[in-house]
Amino acid sequence: MLEVRELTCGYNKRFILKAINFKVRREVLLGIIGPNGSGKTTLLRAITKVIKPQNGKIFFEEKDIWQISFKELAKKVAFVPQAPLSYGLDMTVEEFVLLGRIPHRKVFQFLETKYDKAIAEEAMALTNILSIKDRPISELSGGERQLTFLAKALTQEPKLLLLDEPTAHLDIAHRVRILDLIKRLNNSFKLTVIIVLHDLNLASQYCDELILLNNGRLYKRGLPEEILTAENIEDVYKTKVIIKEDPISSRPYIFLVPDKG
Amino acid sequence: MDKKLIHWAFFILLFSLILLAVSAFSFLIGSSHIPLNKIIPLILKGKGTIEYSILFDIRLPRILLGLAVGGALSIAGVILQGMFRNPLVEPYTLGISGGAALLVSLNISLGLNQRFGLISLPASGFLGAIVVILVVYALSVKKGILKIQGLLLTGVMISFISSSLIMLIMAISKAEDLHGIVFWIMGSLEEPNPLLIKLMLLISIFGLIISYLFCFDLNALLLGEEEALHLGTNIERTKKSLFILASILTGFSVGIAGIIGFVGLLVPHLMRMIVGSDHRILLISAFLSGAAFLILCDTLARTIIAPLELPVGVITGIVGGGLFIYALTKKEPLII
Repeated sequence: MLEVRELTCGYNKRFILKAINFKVRREVLLGIIGPNGSGKTTLLRAITKVIKPQNGKIFFEEKDIWQISFKELAKKVAFVPQAPLSYGLDMTVEEFVLLGRIPHRKVFQFLETKYDKAIAEEAMALTNILSIKDRPISELSGGERQLTFLAKALTQEPKLLLLDEPTAHLDIAHRVRILDLIKRLNNSFKLTVIIVLHDLNLASQYCDELILLNNGRLYKRGLPEEILTAENIEDVYKTKVIIKEDPISSRPYIFLVPDKG
Repeated sequence: MDKKLIHWAFFILLFSLILLAVSAFSFLIGSSHIPLNKIIPLILKGKGTIEYSILFDIRLPRILLGLAVGGALSIAGVILQGMFRNPLVEPYTLGISGGAALLVSLNISLGLNQRFGLISLPASGFLGAIVVILVVYALSVKKGILKIQGLLLTGVMISFISSSLIMLIMAISKAEDLHGIVFWIMGSLEEPNPLLIKLMLLISIFGLIISYLFCFDLNALLLGEEEALHLGTNIERTKKSLFILASILTGFSVGIAGIIGFVGLLVPHLMRMIVGSDHRILLISAFLSGAAFLILCDTLARTIIAPLELPVGVITGIVGGGLFIYALTKKEPLII
């Protein structure tokens, strides 16, 4: 579904990502992990055409994404930003979610169709925000706002969903709720998901596969148990950890080892 | 039908009615008193009487020009405020008016308007606007990317430079030229050339239609440039097109009517408070009410101390500013 080939890109002359190669198959839930500044967000921004690669190409459904118009890409790829702001936005949750229909509009279509509304309704039902759909978006809590942004992304009817640390700044209940939902979308709606996560244990629990980035290079890619080893983590994060198996999911679970000295 | 559509239809109807009422009021009121009961017989009688030509050759063209300029400045304001996501931006912030005023002052003080006729005033105003647009644009594009904040700062600086130069010109020009410069800078809807009025109307309505092609891009831009891009907006193309559109609307307005301040700042802001920030309703509302606002201000300008006339820019400033402060105390200001 998505192929990143020899991707090198960054801001101005500074390269953030260097010669990245990987393929994403359909219906996978792929996690991207790595230390701060390792290029996780930059990678997502390259996939959504926010920044242009200096070298290398990205293919979506076998087509170079720079050959696909922004509008066509937005019909198939949706993005949920990290800690989205809605300061001063003067619209209701429903109006906001309907913005997700923008890429699907025809040139002289100014009003929402029944279908547009049905899709938005469905997305709000999935994210469990139907009850707050008439509330102004500026008055939502952090968790509700994150769900609203997710609902907007789903309203785009994407095939590929990108999320940049959707659980940062949320309490544990909201984290689990959002990740459970993403897992469900991935399973029941066959949505391909690429998610950037900071919390290694959440990444371990929810992702089918992981990509570990280090200093703008792809350090390793594989199943959670292959990536989340004490060796890899210590090498990349320069932090001592102990890894045990989670008793329920039998996925790796990481314990930090504080320096007692 | 759904609630939003009814809302929107109500607003469009309301603003259309206000525009109609204000136009009718402006048509019937003036320094030469024409009694109400005579109006209809006059119109039926047709051309030939003095009253008829006052109505149709003096008052009507001013109404039409007010409609065109008020509408154009208001949608230029909506577009720029949406694009910059900054409610303090107005069409003149980009230095367009400064450039226009500079060339017009130069024209008047060099006496070119006497040699080339009155048409040279709007022509030089428009030329000044175009030059500034090109300069601001060229300075703000880096590697094909239009830097929005750069655009704003360059525009403000160009405004300062041109107002300094205008002061220099005013300081060294003759007293009779000074009057012309000051009057032009304060703006007026008096325009003897019917062709220019028609042109302005055309530009204004054309601008409204074109702006609707971008109404969803403007909505997406409410969320910021990157989010708009994720919603399929071709950001660079959209910013450039919107900048050019707003510049054309402002450039023609300034060239033909001089610098009529405040319309492009006040009307978009008020409308955003009343109808919300969805550009599908915001653009048309701003157009209609901007037109009504300017026609009303112009009517006041030409009747308050009739037969003398106040500069319309003075009225838009006073009425608009008062209205604005009132609105701000009534409702939380919106930072878009």
